[in-house]
Amino acid sequence: MKDEYLELDFRDLPDRKTGQTEGDSPLEQSLEGFSADRREFLKVVGGGILVLVSLGEGELLAQGRRGGGFGRQLPSDWNAFLRIGEDGRVSCFTGKIEMGQGVATSLAQMLADELNVPLENVDMVMGDTDLCPWDMGTFGSMSTRFFGPPLRAAAAEARAVLLQLAAEHLQTPAAELKAENGAISVKEHPEKKVSYAELTKGKRIERRLKEKAVLEEVSEFTIVGKPVLRRDALEKVTGKAQYAADVRLPGMLCAAILRPPAHGATLKSVDTSEAERLPGVRIVKEGDLVAVLHKHPDNAAEALGKVKAEFDRPQSDVDDKTIFDHLLKVAPEGKTVASGGDLKRGAELATGVVEATYLNSYVSHAPIEPHAALAKIEGEKATVWASTQNPFGARDEIARRLEISSTNVRVITPFVGGGFGGKTNNQQAVEAAVLAKAAGKPVQVVWTRAEEFFYDTFRPAAVVKIRSGVDGAGRIVLWDYHVYFAGERGCQQFYDVPNHATVSHGSGWTAGAGTHPFRTGPWRAPSNNTNSFARESQIDLLAAKAGADPVEFRLKNLTDERMIRVLKTAAEKFGWTPKKAPSGRGLGVACGTDSGTCVAWIAEVEVDKTSGVVEVKRVVCAQEMGLVINPEGARIQMEGCITMGLGYALAEEVHFKGGEVRDLHFGSYQIPRFSWLPKIETVLVDAKDSPPQGGGEPAIIGMGAVVANAVFDAAGARLLQLPMTPERIKEAMGKRG
Amino acid sequence: MEQAIQFTLNNKPVRIAADGERKLLWVLRYDLGLTGPKCGCGQGYCGACTVLVAGEAVRSCLMSLKDVAGREVVTIEGLARNGRLHPVQEAFMEHDAMQCGYCTPGMILEAVALLRKNPKPSREEILKSMDDNLCRCGAHTRIVAAIESVARSLSGGPTR
Repeated sequence: MKDEYLELDFRDLPDRKTGQTEGDSPLEQSLEGFSADRREFLKVVGGGILVLVSLGEGELLAQGRRGGGFGRQLPSDWNAFLRIGEDGRVSCFTGKIEMGQGVATSLAQMLADELNVPLENVDMVMGDTDLCPWDMGTFGSMSTRFFGPPLRAAAAEARAVLLQLAAEHLQTPAAELKAENGAISVKEHPEKKVSYAELTKGKRIERRLKEKAVLEEVSEFTIVGKPVLRRDALEKVTGKAQYAADVRLPGMLCAAILRPPAHGATLKSVDTSEAERLPGVRIVKEGDLVAVLHKHPDNAAEALGKVKAEFDRPQSDVDDKTIFDHLLKVAPEGKTVASGGDLKRGAELATGVVEATYLNSYVSHAPIEPHAALAKIEGEKATVWASTQNPFGARDEIARRLEISSTNVRVITPFVGGGFGGKTNNQQAVEAAVLAKAAGKPVQVVWTRAEEFFYDTFRPAAVVKIRSGVDGAGRIVLWDYHVYFAGERGCQQFYDVPNHATVSHGSGWTAGAGTHPFRTGPWRAPSNNTNSFARESQIDLLAAKAGADPVEFRLKNLTDERMIRVLKTAAEKFGWTPKKAPSGRGLGVACGTDSGTCVAWIAEVEVDKTSGVVEVKRVVCAQEMGLVINPEGARIQMEGCITMGLGYALAEEVHFKGGEVRDLHFGSYQIPRFSWLPKIETVLVDAKDSPPQGGGEPAIIGMGAVVANAVFDAAGARLLQLPMTPERIKEAMGKRG
Repeated sequence: MEQAIQFTLNNKPVRIAADGERKLLWVLRYDLGLTGPKCGCGQGYCGACTVLVAGEAVRSCLMSLKDVAGREVVTIEGLARNGRLHPVQEAFMEHDAMQCGYCTPGMILEAVALLRKNPKPSREEILKSMDDNLCRCGAHTRIVAAIESVARSLSGGPTR
């Protein structure tokens, strides 16, 4: 069958002559069906061997079918592809982005290993909506987990194609060949050799991954599983790494935007006359969006200070203290997430019943890089450089707001300076696009720190109520769990409890109007920080009720082999000796599971009983995450989780009154600092025969509980609210008794 | 008010006509074409904008342009000399002392200034002098290890 698009592509390739004639090679395959878009795509990508791959986010990927990459509708049952270029270099095109989690390194490692090329021959092309196929976004510790197996399979497929080509080229059966260091040679005659570049020159071979290709055995890995330093390190230590706010275009202007004093406030009147008189200033008014533009952001900000505006503010009295009662009042009927046995029977069996209510406040993402974007409009086409975790989401939002087709919007994502879930909100990119269109010049929007706090989609304040019981033998027999507005992730308990029910009331960030006074959103390991804090604190209360050591109590009530293994590993690493809490030693334990990974923590704290200040001295964390692609990268993520988690455990809390956010700078909103640093010890529990699991989030989820349990062990004070500020610790110590 | 201000930037003389009250960060980033110094807060809390002025780590978001007149300013772009990375840059790479990298230029320059003043800081001294440089990814452990390794090499010991 003659294939139109292949013909077109071969015409486009200059050194066609070096290839074979059409149809001669069994390797030149077509995809079923084609479209103008596909032709366009193939033209953009160029020659070589191409393997299309779906990253295993099947259901979510289906949502992307409304628009693929390349600004066009594409068959979107694939969302990444791999190319061995005519220069022999391996490129991976994906809509995922690099925000510090190291995925640009771990994905490249997998490719390099499977394709037998040096790591430095792999190029990652990420987060560009014109070059990469549609992707749902980078979050949920999913990149390596879901990318891993199919990407490796794609690489294996490409290697098989190369072997076949080499077999023809070297006139030797493929079985007698081996791939090594970007070339294929005859096993018995290593001097008979052909490089990938020679094999791909002038070729256009396209494959779509359908069946599982034969993967390299774990034992054959030379790069995966070995510690590798970040590939972006040199750029980052020399200042060459570019973030969205670092992109410059000729004639660009910087925006300072008029903001309301509170969420829900509406603009009543505005007077920009004084600001307009300043040299170099332009004012743009697009509905409620009023901005001052200047070529320097500091001059724009100064001029914004001269804009006089009045706002109507809604009446709202809810604040950071009353929010929990408010949430319980507006909570919808619950949805049963898990249940088993009979709660009534559990209550009868219980010799000790513990009821507790856990609270956690709103928490900010607070990446050090504020939201930033630069937009350029040319005719009907918009190009936007944005700090975003979901470039395709940003593209669609911009298109909707500008009332143009998504195909006319290109979003390019440079390095992202931290996201943690907060950069799934693309408001700044839309603002830049609207202002650029109005101004007729490229416009940069970089949020101030105050804007960053004000418009952050906070981790939701939430309440968890638990009623649980143990029997005389120290077994948990009752577990009645209700979570309000944190969301479901991590709410299911994993202990062996015969009578249990887990009910979730209201979602974390799609809750109805009148729930939260501002936007909320996913925050590193969404829902799970709240759920793990409540569950593991409650388990400790039960252990105390049963008069048992908290580690032994957990082991007694666990049947999950993976969890038992990580808990034992952590206890051993720490040098845990059993004792009933409070022992005065200041030791706490917690377990948790997230993104397919099992984690156990043990912490040692010191509580200053006069000031209520907690010093976390040591944290041991054991984690089982299946095959570890980059052990060093995995440990770094664990350390990052532990350090970041100290913030919401001890200090981070958004103060507010109605829609007015009171914490607008790092002076009042405290995030972890060097002086908080405990000794951190991480252990990766070997499980290399299981598929890779998530690594960017799991190690943070137990930080509230492990510190709370250690505080209880130190001071006998049970903290039921996060963060555990000195005031709350003193209050809890006053209640003990 | 615009005035002509001269200073040394990354070993090269610079002469700029600008309002001397403007903050150095914005002049570096928008007038002089550098993007190494980052804005994390613009209020002096985070340290992402840290540069060296006459060898001292300063917050470029708080320092007025006129205050660097006649002085030597070094940004992350000017830290490597003759194509050779500064030992602190090398140590940050070796110890993987970064994740998103946004705070990294400020961290490195803060550490360079510390080691210049105190080539053999204790762990406590490192924690104290780095305390006002914020990192959200939690790279702190590695950053401390990187600085400690440079301190050891400065005192002639093994670097790792």
